[in-house]
Amino acid sequence: MSALTREETQALIQEVLEVYPEKAKKDRAKHLMVNDKALESSKKCITSNRKSLPGVMTMRGCAYAGSKGVVWGPIKDMISISHGPIGCGQYARGGRRNYYVGTTGVDTFCEMNFTSDFQEKDIVFGGDKKLTKLMEEIEMLFPLNKGISVQSECPIGLIGDDIEAVSKKVAAQINKPVVPVRCEGFRGVSQSLGHHIANDSVRDWIISNRDGQAFEKTPYDVAILGDYNIGGDAWSSRILLEEMGLRVVAQWSGDGTLAEMENTPNVKLNLLHCYRSMNYISRHMEEKYGIPWLEYNFFGPTKIAESLRAIAAFFDDKIKEGAERVIEKYTAPMNEIIAKYKPRLQGKKVMLYVGGLRPRHVVGAYEDLGMVVVGTGYEFAHNDDYDRTMKDMGDATLIYDDATGHELDEFVKAMKPDLIGSGIKEKYVFHKMGYPFRQMHSWDYSGPYHGYDGFAVFAKDMDLTLNNPVWKMLKAPWLKEEATAELKAA
Amino acid sequence: MANIMIRRGAEGYVFYMPKRDIEDQITSMEFDTPEKWGGEIKLKNGGCYFIDPQPAPARLPYSVRASRIDGVE
Ligand code: SF4
Repeated sequence: MSALTREETQALIQEVLEVYPEKAKKDRAKHLMVNDKALESSKKCITSNRKSLPGVMTMRGCAYAGSKGVVWGPIKDMISISHGPIGCGQYARGGRRNYYVGTTGVDTFCEMNFTSDFQEKDIVFGGDKKLTKLMEEIEMLFPLNKGISVQSECPIGLIGDDIEAVSKKVAAQINKPVVPVRCEGFRGVSQSLGHHIANDSVRDWIISNRDGQAFEKTPYDVAILGDYNIGGDAWSSRILLEEMGLRVVAQWSGDGTLAEMENTPNVKLNLLHCYRSMNYISRHMEEKYGIPWLEYNFFGPTKIAESLRAIAAFFDDKIKEGAERVIEKYTAPMNEIIAKYKPRLQGKKVMLYVGGLRPRHVVGAYEDLGMVVVGTGYEFAHNDDYDRTMKDMGDATLIYDDATGHELDEFVKAMKPDLIGSGIKEKYVFHKMGYPFRQMHSWDYSGPYHGYDGFAVFAKDMDLTLNNPVWKMLKAPWLKEEATAELKAA
Repeated sequence: MANIMIRRGAEGYVFYMPKRDIEDQITSMEFDTPEKWGGEIKLKNGGCYFIDPQPAPARLPYSVRASRIDGVE
């Protein structure tokens, strides 16, 4: 079901493209499509992972943001140095609300900003000495850190500092892993390459650290990959896995530790939530250690039940029974939640524009509440993401890749959704246009949204946003008076 | 030449090229016996690559170098 027909959606795309100059129009046309479930491969109808056009507003981040902000940042007992000028790090520090347990500044460090604070003189003479000094200071002030990662910002690549050499030297000195990460912001077209670079550095510097060491295994060991514990997401997922009888050895990387990561090669199965940011390391572990990986989806009871069963299928009857028991246990409370909120949300239209996994993963949760996703899109997806998306979306749904500010505005005006889910940069624009909005990157200061407990929060949040009486009061008083005056005159 | 990784999916071989993040179903592989494996491989998206024929790998996934003959990138 969709608000517009296929032809109408197609016409809308044409209309929106009209304002662009010829060349830009041709380019952008490739990034917009109307979903067709019959298609098997997205390749022919949507282009993705290309450089954004200069001159249009886009919502993308940089490779540094993908590495430091997403993958490395949440590892709680390692210190991630933002190597370069201070600004990049200031905005990438705990901004995604990756919750963790620990005493910040003593044994955990996610919310702190460690930076080499480059000045002109460091650009001219190089920053290697400063980096060495910085790491020695870290070791002295925060002796409980378990390791350090050096996240390069743009200038590091430009001036050609040798962070690898420094890292090796300091690693030997302090006897802890020191990981140089070449994630300069200018690499690639979006934060997506940063995820890849971060995964590769984990592969090269972390994953095989404990090969050959003793580890007490059980047949039920799993690892959670690609859950960043935003608002506690990984916790509300983990308890379900544990309840069905599995042992969660590692969490990557929300509330995760270095030791957990090093122990991951011992697990039986890798559970991958955010495919985009951690498929690389899953593939590597599959090849090197023979660990299969499975994409799962913990948004909304329907998808959770599906996923729990798919996970259980890898194990024996004990786990399969466990999965059924968990599903059974939560069915009644979930039905209660749906009974409460569905009447208030039924039939409402949602438009999404997010990154990573959410443009397809949250669809099920909205459907559980009787809502319809009429448009969705990714900031930095690749074709394999769209292949996966097309199956999850309704026919004739509008799909946009790396949408520009103009496109989003026009789509929203034409499709008039009842709720928009996107990032912080879009939030206030749509608020001003009078549309209920949820910030779906870090759950708008709420969460968790994963798991059964998360769904309860999700449903409540959607209701609170959508049915907030404030949306009826947005019209300026003088405009309102005119309207009533006209009415009176008529 | 580029590195690719071949793994087994639900419907046969799956092609993956890390450098460009291309993942696709392999629709046909020229040689697929234990002694001789590889050759020309065709992808669902229309791409076509070549792997030097070699004995089949003992375990999948398997990383191997392949050259592009033709197709969408
Ligand atoms: S693009 Fe470069 S300067 Fe900008 S935030 Fe990213 S790393 Fe920093």
